[in-house]
Amino acid sequence: MKVLLRNPRREVEVPGPIGVDTLLRQLEMNRESVLVIRGDTLVTGDAVLDDHDDVEIRPVISGGCC
Amino acid sequence: MKCRRCRGPAVIEVRRHNAGFCSDCFLHHCHEQVRRTIDDFSMTGAGERVLVAVSGGKDSLALWDILLDLGHDVDGLYLGLGIGEYSDQSGDYARAFAARRGAKLVEVDLPADYGFDIPAGSAAAHRVPCSACGLSKRHLFNRAALDGGYDVVATGHNLDDEAAVLFGNVLRWSTDYLGRQLPVLPEREGFVRKVKPLVRLAERETAAYCVLAGIDYIVEECPMAAGNRHLGYKHALDSIEEQSPGTKAAFYFGFLDRASALFTPQAAVEQDGLRACVSCGAPTTAEVCAFCKLLERART
Ligand code: SF4
Ligand SMILES: [Zn+2]
Ligand SMILES: [Zn+2]
Repeated sequence: MKVLLRNPRREVEVPGPIGVDTLLRQLEMNRESVLVIRGDTLVTGDAVLDDHDDVEIRPVISGGCC
Repeated sequence: MKCRRCRGPAVIEVRRHNAGFCSDCFLHHCHEQVRRTIDDFSMTGAGERVLVAVSGGKDSLALWDILLDLGHDVDGLYLGLGIGEYSDQSGDYARAFAARRGAKLVEVDLPADYGFDIPAGSAAAHRVPCSACGLSKRHLFNRAALDGGYDVVATGHNLDDEAAVLFGNVLRWSTDYLGRQLPVLPEREGFVRKVKPLVRLAERETAAYCVLAGIDYIVEECPMAAGNRHLGYKHALDSIEEQSPGTKAAFYFGFLDRASALFTPQAAVEQDGLRACVSCGAPTTAEVCAFCKLLERART
């Protein structure tokens, strides 16, 4: 499946099926710092992603503003 | 994972509450957290007009949406900072949201209305961009609220923002800042009340709120933010939070409950001796306020 990453915007190819928590560990991402979006909704860490899924991992930390 | 409230399939887990939520119940959870925060801290009452400072990002749009849903009389304020494409896009998100909700968006534009933008203006004034930006925002939000007859300015600061600022203030023991780091700053002569109704929601929750409520926001970061200290504090706190969920909330709310009052006398002393800026009339401790000084240097 194609996984969209942001800031900077890029895509990685990941073979499915794969659990969300496993995917985040593979990509070395902190699950407190991102959301995993499938289609137009969110999925929890125990969900399994398939090859035909449309997946985005979106960082949620924004910086700077006082 | 199941939803804590309705036992349907969960779409998000909030580890510090040890709970999963389905989409509807999560939106309900966010509304409740904000309603409780507004009540507990007496942020705004019946008949008051609220101006929410909107950046086009997840926090301020989620806040505006929730305040509208909770029935508050609330308009948005967008401040154009002149930061290239970032400002163009964030303004578009703010306008699109306002149009979709049929809400009123007040706009102030630094380049058009004040003749400078943050990147060039901060350089000319020999200030770091975020410091010039921050003081412009504080000044112009307050000004717009006074001019528009609003009682209160609401900003989208979330739990992570407040915990990171607190962390920085504690690391340096900035006692004056600690005394002022409150979710409500009461109105005073020349200042409207300022409130932060999102302090019970983590950053991940405000982002999730936007995704689930179908709110488009600017995901890209302000290019001026790269590598700043605040971001480093957030990453440090998130590493701790990952190991022990709930730490950030305990840190921040523990401060409010048990420590913040110890620092307020110090802050109060520093707020004495305010007078009107000779140039714009805003309250200041100097002859000319910080924004007017910035304006003078940034324009030349
Ligand atoms: S990151 Fe800095 S310059 Fe950019 S909007 Fe926030 S305070 Fe302003
Ligand atoms: Zn539910
Ligand atoms: Zn002034």
